[in-house]
Amino acid sequence: MTVTINGEQVEVATGTTLISYLKEKELPMEGLIIEYNGTIIYQDDWEKIEFIEGDKIEILTFVGGG
Amino acid sequence: MSFYPLLQKYKDFALIESLQKVTPQQVAAILRKDRLQAQDFLALLSPTASSFLEEMAQKANRLTIQHFGRTVQLYTPLYLSNLCVNRCLYCNFNHLNESINRRRLSPEEIEAEAKAIAHTGLKQVLLLTGDVPGQEPLQYLVKALDIVNKHFTSISIEINALSTDDYALLVNHGVDGLTIYQEVYDESTYEELHPKGPKRDYLWRLDAPERGCQAGMRRVNIGTLLGLHHWPTEVFFTGLHAQYLQDRYLDTEISISIPRIKAGPEGYQPQAPVSDRDLVQIILAFRLFMPRLGITLSTRESASLRDNLIPLGVTKLSSGVNTAVGGHIDEDAQDGQFTISDERSTEEISQMLIQQGYQPVFQDWHNL
Amino acid sequence: MDKLIIGDLEIRNRLFIGSGKFANEAIIKDIMAETGVEVVTVALRRVDLKNSQNNVLNHIPKETILMPNTSGARTAEEAVRIARLARASGCGNWIKIEVISDNKYLLPDNNETIKATEILSAEGFVVLPYMHPDLYAAKALEKAGAAAIMPLGAPIGTNRGLKTKEIIRILIEECTLPIIVDAGIGKPSEALEAMEMGAAAVLVNTAIATAGDPLLMAKAFSQAVQAGRQAFLAQPGQTVDYARASSPLTGFLQD
Repeated sequence: MTVTINGEQVEVATGTTLISYLKEKELPMEGLIIEYNGTIIYQDDWEKIEFIEGDKIEILTFVGGG
Repeated sequence: MSFYPLLQKYKDFALIESLQKVTPQQVAAILRKDRLQAQDFLALLSPTASSFLEEMAQKANRLTIQHFGRTVQLYTPLYLSNLCVNRCLYCNFNHLNESINRRRLSPEEIEAEAKAIAHTGLKQVLLLTGDVPGQEPLQYLVKALDIVNKHFTSISIEINALSTDDYALLVNHGVDGLTIYQEVYDESTYEELHPKGPKRDYLWRLDAPERGCQAGMRRVNIGTLLGLHHWPTEVFFTGLHAQYLQDRYLDTEISISIPRIKAGPEGYQPQAPVSDRDLVQIILAFRLFMPRLGITLSTRESASLRDNLIPLGVTKLSSGVNTAVGGHIDEDAQDGQFTISDERSTEEISQMLIQQGYQPVFQDWHNL
Repeated sequence: MDKLIIGDLEIRNRLFIGSGKFANEAIIKDIMAETGVEVVTVALRRVDLKNSQNNVLNHIPKETILMPNTSGARTAEEAVRIARLARASGCGNWIKIEVISDNKYLLPDNNETIKATEILSAEGFVVLPYMHPDLYAAKALEKAGAAAIMPLGAPIGTNRGLKTKEIIRILIEECTLPIIVDAGIGKPSEALEAMEMGAAAVLVNTAIATAGDPLLMAKAFSQAVQAGRQAFLAQPGQTVDYARASSPLTGFLQD
């Protein structure tokens, strides 16, 4: 199925969860901010998220800035 | 919003004690500052600062010319009515004062007064009445405005305290300036001097200038009657009040008057007289504290004193003054609100200003 | 002790730094250790899914007051969205509002900034709006619930110094909130000048990050900020700029 992650269309396997996706991408769990279909998801609730067709996911982090 | 909480903050503050403690070094340091705080203003009202008058005067003169140029605005009061329900002990319009004739100008008389004043070249006029509550006097004033409007480009009022809506009504009928003095900021003295009548309500009067700002007055003029109470504290509160208004209502021009009260009815005498020297110190302290503040000087002061005070920070003078109702059309009109000391005509005042190197300004703006 | 209070936090070091444009972000940790800087700005960006991650927070000590900015926002709405996301990180509730829709000069949009400030302060954020120095806008920001006001000294990233000095001076005089000069400061002497005239703090990024020796430059800035603050508190004496008049103005008073 296709979901949009950070503005790009990505093919993921059915049953992919947010946590499994982050692990697969070797993203550190610390300091990430997740927006799922326009809603902010706090870390406690990440494990409840299972991707479905058409989802829009934003994965954000802090970078240097003035 | 109200100035009252700020005023309350100083209630327990030992103002008089701190005035006594000011050192010459402190005053000298304040004179070097660009921007004065409230406590600096207070220090300039101290006995110590009174030996720095010349230094203060030089700076005040420089600041005034920097911000206003060499100009002085001219206006005159037009007394519409001396009917009054209040009993202000110091005022000739005191309800109980039976020695004056009570009257209110008819529309024809208003027209004639306005014409007589306009004939002298003045474009700014201050309409005054006593305090008679209710809608009828307000409607009377509205009618008067519609008459006077034809002859002047700027109309201010000095009447009893009104609501924001009533001020807005007057603004719609051409009023652009509000003059309202607290008379005395000290609350217990205020109560003593205003034993009866709607004016007894201290807070209603205290917040009136702010209501005027909110109602869209282009200029608001406040003041304390010098002589009613210990002048350094009264002047300090007037300055705080002016700053409070200026900070919050950037679109309103805030100014102050410095009327020295004289004898009133029934042998009333001011309890805390202010000397010429004190008056100079007051003008200078105001100017240094608020460089852009308008300062109005009435004809209560003598011609020679007024001439000398102009370079110190005064920005507005009355001229050709008669404080009696109908005084401009009837030479015999008597019973003015107060006795004037400078009886010069507008023409004479203008000549004096020109000789001193100042431009007399008759019109500040024209409302379109 | 002279402390700056913003939100509920007491701040001793009045130099705030930005974390952008550093050739090596690891130096931020050294700067903070050696200068005692307490407030650092960061930006929020999408994670790069193709490359390995470098989270700037790895280089910023935990006790730091983080001030995420809303860079990238072109409207109040976008700034609000970024602010909410930033708070979701759990790194505090400070937010530097930065709304810029002009890509040529990168000047902030005061109107949108006021709108965003109103919304975010109502949501409990400690809002520090970056603004074009303007008295009416500053007053509106005060009304909207800002915790401090951050006028620019010169266009962002230009290192041109305190070009807006006269207006910033007015903001310092007329506003009750702390004024923090943000953007444009290129040299420690300019930071000192801002502090000397009464700014509550300065925010410096480019001038430190792009210096030949960022650590040394950060120290210089920190000392300059301190010196300027002390000069302000000391109330400088000034040369007397009026001559003794030949004709006294108060001679008419006889006593």
